[in-house]
Amino acid sequence: MYDERFPGLRRRGFLAATTGAAALALAGCGGGTDDKAGTGSGGTPKRGGRLRAAFAGGGASETLDPHLANLFADVARAKALYDKLADYGADLSAQPRLAEQWQSNKTLDRWQVTLREATFHDGKPVTAQDVLHSYRRIADPKQAFRAKASLEPIDLDASRATNARTVEFVLKRPTAEFPNILAAFGAYIVPEHAGDFDKKPIGSGPFRFVSFTPGRSAVFRRNEDYWDGAPHLDEIEFVVANEESARVNALLAGQVEYAHELNPTTARAHEGRGQIEIVRLRNSAMQAFCMKTDRPPFDDKRVREAFFLIADRKELVAGALSGAGEVGNDLFGKGYEYYAGGLPQREQDLDRARALLKQAGAEKLKVTLDTSAVAAGFTEAASIFRDQAAKAGVTIDVKTGSKDSYWSDILDGGTLCCYRSGAMPIEAHISQRLLTDSTTNATQWRHKDFDALYQQAQSTRDKTERAAVYERMQRRLYTEGGFLIWGFADWILGTSRKVRGVETKAPANTLDWARFDKVWLA
Amino acid sequence: MRSFVARRLTLGLVQIVAVVLLVFALTEALPGDAAVALAGDQPDPARIAAIREAMDLDRPAYERLADWAAGLLQGDFGTSLTSGRPVAQYIADGFGPSLLLATLTLALLVPLGFGLGVLAARHEGRLIDRLVSSVTLAVYAVPEFALGVLLVTVFALKLAWLPPTAVGYGTDLIGHPAVLVLPVLVLLSRPVCSLSRLVRAGMVDALASPYAAHARRYGVPGARVRYAHALPNALAPAAQQLARTIDWLLCGVIVVEALFVIPGLGTVLLNAVAERDVPVVQGLAVVFGVLTVVLNLGADVVAYRLTPRAGVAA
Repeated sequence: MYDERFPGLRRRGFLAATTGAAALALAGCGGGTDDKAGTGSGGTPKRGGRLRAAFAGGGASETLDPHLANLFADVARAKALYDKLADYGADLSAQPRLAEQWQSNKTLDRWQVTLREATFHDGKPVTAQDVLHSYRRIADPKQAFRAKASLEPIDLDASRATNARTVEFVLKRPTAEFPNILAAFGAYIVPEHAGDFDKKPIGSGPFRFVSFTPGRSAVFRRNEDYWDGAPHLDEIEFVVANEESARVNALLAGQVEYAHELNPTTARAHEGRGQIEIVRLRNSAMQAFCMKTDRPPFDDKRVREAFFLIADRKELVAGALSGAGEVGNDLFGKGYEYYAGGLPQREQDLDRARALLKQAGAEKLKVTLDTSAVAAGFTEAASIFRDQAAKAGVTIDVKTGSKDSYWSDILDGGTLCCYRSGAMPIEAHISQRLLTDSTTNATQWRHKDFDALYQQAQSTRDKTERAAVYERMQRRLYTEGGFLIWGFADWILGTSRKVRGVETKAPANTLDWARFDKVWLA
Repeated sequence: MRSFVARRLTLGLVQIVAVVLLVFALTEALPGDAAVALAGDQPDPARIAAIREAMDLDRPAYERLADWAAGLLQGDFGTSLTSGRPVAQYIADGFGPSLLLATLTLALLVPLGFGLGVLAARHEGRLIDRLVSSVTLAVYAVPEFALGVLLVTVFALKLAWLPPTAVGYGTDLIGHPAVLVLPVLVLLSRPVCSLSRLVRAGMVDALASPYAAHARRYGVPGARVRYAHALPNALAPAAQQLARTIDWLLCGVIVVEALFVIPGLGTVLLNAVAERDVPVVQGLAVVFGVLTVVLNLGADVVAYRLTPRAGVAA
């Protein structure tokens, strides 16, 4: 019996927010058969069988309410049962899903979204009313659903269904990237007549509900009438195994066919050995140090630049990520749509860093670096960076905090901290973290002119012109921002040798990540 | 005897209340609350405030504790902050696997532990004794996690005789006995060693005591001296050790649960603490407190029966 008074996120929320993005080709929303991992890379899909997938889970508190999705396991289950109006492609651009098309007015503050013909698992059609119901549920001020902040630009009272399959969204301000909102994390469409989500969840997704035991297992079976083509698998079972070694062991022994979230060392031990397949989802998790730009010593942009130059990014990737990743250039979203890839790659330059610190009067600087075991590689990154800073005469005192309250502790407290983020569109990264009224502005970056540029981008219809505005904003962040983004971690999966059709160019939480309707067993 | 039990029960009740208060205070003292833990990497202050309000966390701590205690007196463990499901259900779900593992482990532990102890004591100083003693000491020195990993690697991955985890079997562990072999072996390893060593030491002492020598002089058969006269004296400390072991098993052995993916009480507790799900943590504290008190009382009664003259301090 699930009590809806307490919606919210579970503690491992950071996992889910953490999405990844693949740099390369934008995979079509249909999730084609190209670029698949697995032995024999593709072949003709075979129908049938049950796939068991092991994820780290949320224990006895887990729920199938898709709007409460927070962990990777939650999202994987939610996307099997439900659809969003849109979802992210490999470059984090929005791809239509339940929405067939979208169209804006000239001023970008009114959008017509036409739904495709799709039905829920009980046979009822997906209607404009269901869409409005779902979004109103998420935005309920008494609740604290995660997607609420993403839906904030929509004026849901003024939005209406113009016919059964068309919604007219009225926005509070021009929003050129409105389709990103439709793809937002957790913005799933549930039927207006939805009942108990844990007992009888009804969605429009590729799988129908069979059974669910919180913290243990969830079994779903093929939805023959799925609008995007029925899945190849007969059944999918999600099992929970929080210990990474348990997931690997279960995979090696054939107890599961898919293991999510493996360590780089495990990957190295088994890669190319023929026993299991290792899949690396590139550019998945941004790794950074956050400098609070509103307080000493980082209120001086020369000190921030010095820190940019202190970081030896290759050493950080090799040490903290065990080599499973690539270097960053202090900009979020490497390889994503609108990424300013033309800026020169920053390298370590200790002489210049020392000179900058001297100019800023910050010789013999002492800083506390907050870290925690909240994410893989955090404590390692902190100690590597401490040693690198020592070479430039900066003393870093590493302080390890509680992992359960870490994100809240570092939001306003301290001056320097470890940070990471999953994939999201660059626009979403900016709006959530870098505007004056952003709710999670961990670098305390508040500049009116920067806010104005964001509004300008959102009011620009032409994509090339918009890209130019984003480039200007990124250039500024590259020169004097508060995020020292040193790397992007791979997201590592393991599959049994008979699993086919696992998309490799799909950062965690994009459409093709954990997408089991396109997977089959050879 | 009756007044002894009554005294112990009263003391036990006080102990349980103290444990619950202490657990509540410690959970409150942890940095962050359930709202912060829930918000994860989206610590939007407005959102945390909304969650806090929805969870009634904005009320003073003593009020929440009083409400919970009032419910407990009526047998209501309250509801989880995180999921809104009843705490009793959390405990019931986690208790099954823990109880199953504990029962199996105990069923093997008692004959093995006592058997080895008696065997070693009978052959005191000889090869068998030395063999048993050194092997038990060596096994005792291996931490559960290391032993578990070793057993999984050898028996599940290399030889493929047994499944490495119980993943996917949910509560139906008894229907798949193969998955229980390795966890029970790991759980057995250290208690068998400590128990057999205790029994051996007690037996050796008792066999060397004047009353055993006296019994032998009267021509009482060796077996009777060993099992009717010496063994009960060795059992008293062993019974108490056994009670501690049962307590340890029932309260969830987190290492074994995590390694073999068995969702017992240890896993429930670990998750609840990380989520700052105070009602669940308190509910478990009550259950663990009651178990500890009852088991120790039982052990003391048994010890009292076996060796009345030693007396037991209440």
